[in-house]
Amino acid sequence: MTRIPLSALIGLTFTGAYFFCAIFAAWIAPYGMAEAIGDSWEPWSQAHWLGTDSIGRDLLSRMIWGGQTTIFVAAAATVLSFSLGTILGFTAAVRGGWVDQLLSRGVDLMMSIPSLISALVVLSVLPTTLPVLILVMGILDSTRVFRLSRAVAVDITVMDYVEAARLRGEKQGWIILREILPNALSPLVAEMGLRFIFAVLFISTLSFLGLGVQPPMADWGGIVKENKEGIVYGIPAALIPAFAIATLAISVNLVADWILNRTASLKGGRSA
Amino acid sequence: MVHPVVKLVAQRIALGLLLLIAASVLIFVGTMVLPGDVAQSILGQSATPETLANLREELGLNVPPVTRYLNWAWGVLHGDLGTALTNGKDIAEAMGKRLGNTLFLAFWAAVIAVPLAITLGLISVRYRNRWPDKLISIVTLATISVPEFLLGYISVYFLSVKFRLFPSLATVFDGMTLGERLFAISMPVLVLVLAVLGHMMRMTRAAILNVLESAYIETAELKGLSPFAIIAKHALPNAIAPVVNVVMLNLAYLVVGVVVVEVVFVYPGMGQYLVDHVAKRDVPVVQACGLVFAAIYIGLNILADVISILANPRLRHPK
Repeated sequence: MTRIPLSALIGLTFTGAYFFCAIFAAWIAPYGMAEAIGDSWEPWSQAHWLGTDSIGRDLLSRMIWGGQTTIFVAAAATVLSFSLGTILGFTAAVRGGWVDQLLSRGVDLMMSIPSLISALVVLSVLPTTLPVLILVMGILDSTRVFRLSRAVAVDITVMDYVEAARLRGEKQGWIILREILPNALSPLVAEMGLRFIFAVLFISTLSFLGLGVQPPMADWGGIVKENKEGIVYGIPAALIPAFAIATLAISVNLVADWILNRTASLKGGRSA
Repeated sequence: MVHPVVKLVAQRIALGLLLLIAASVLIFVGTMVLPGDVAQSILGQSATPETLANLREELGLNVPPVTRYLNWAWGVLHGDLGTALTNGKDIAEAMGKRLGNTLFLAFWAAVIAVPLAITLGLISVRYRNRWPDKLISIVTLATISVPEFLLGYISVYFLSVKFRLFPSLATVFDGMTLGERLFAISMPVLVLVLAVLGHMMRMTRAAILNVLESAYIETAELKGLSPFAIIAKHALPNAIAPVVNVVMLNLAYLVVGVVVVEVVFVYPGMGQYLVDHVAKRDVPVVQACGLVFAAIYIGLNILADVISILANPRLRHPK
């Protein structure tokens, strides 16, 4: 059980490295977030490893600061969507009846509109500040968490030990926290990785459209937006976030796969 | 006695229409979530009381919300989407041509992506866990892990700037021949195909594998049937419904991907129209665009369900 497969190890290393850079951005980044230090679009050099951006800011520093914003927003949105989604999903599964119907139909309705469109509609009247973005993303994404956690919990609520707890006279909170949550944790943790990646892609897309993180704050989608004019002159500055997003997404995916496989085999479960 | 399939289909369509009505309410409410006032947030803090009052009047904010929603919905049913705040033009008119452009783009992306995804899915099932499967899996994982707009710029960088194969902007205008138009949209189509191909191929692979693992396939293998006969006669009829579902879900996803890709390639479609007007806080346009996108999305989902009802042999022969 302690043996970690190579792919998961690679995933863990990269994910860890990104989070490390994000948390300690202030110490790692060679320059400040909005510090102009050179000409626009200087090539890669000793002083500026990734060159400079459209208005002469050090691109490596922008990437590190941007990673901090992107990862923070995505992580916060994921935490929110998970808290909301699992609490409501478990409640729906345990209570059943009209509570379940109401919540499930509500979620069906929210999912009938693509989340990017819903986000755009809401952001047309809300100010684009970080708390608003986190709130919007978290609530929109909690619908998917709701579906998963409800499905998992419905399977668990018919188990004998839940029945036993009910007959013992345990309260709803106990049943959700002590009986269902520990047994539903592994699929949820794997899903958390995927939702986090989705949140990274989502906030990057919003920022790219100019409706997410606002300048001068750096974030990966915004860096693309700021440097996209360079592309037609053959300056690849706008492509660097692509590399960062893709490697982060793939490494989190690898970790999530491993968690899912590990727990499936622990249960003697479906995946052979 | 109505045939049960007809009944199921009618039920599904009715449910879809109900969902659409509810979605329109949601879109309408979505623009009122602000605790304060829409007019205030459109004009900002520096607005004078007079302009605020004017905008409130124009938006009809003095009328109760329910009446406002009913007026709006009544207008939409009669093809009147209202007028844009920013330039006072009729929204339906401005949207008409853009919607055509968007559907044109999505159509060609679908024409290429669907057969390609199914073929790749079949190949990776045929060579499961061998190198073609692994190669396809790695490449599609990479395309899934990059957002569409970045796929767009990566292809612009390599295909338009480095090799000068395709135009980097998708400029279309009246009077272009079909060939010119197709050449103009080659890059956005390519990006859209890449964006949906991964999901579609992976889900197709999973759906077919799911069928191949069932007991009757094992029976067919034990009977000594050829692999081709097993796939054509036993696996395919049962895999149609899930595969169609996969295709439809991804087409719905395509409609959303279009929004971002249009912005990247400055293509005059619905997506760009929507994004522009979100930034300008032009609420009526955003509501209208949101409704159209939601309608297309819900429509495709209904279509997926109806096709899988029709493709299910168990429902076709009632006892």
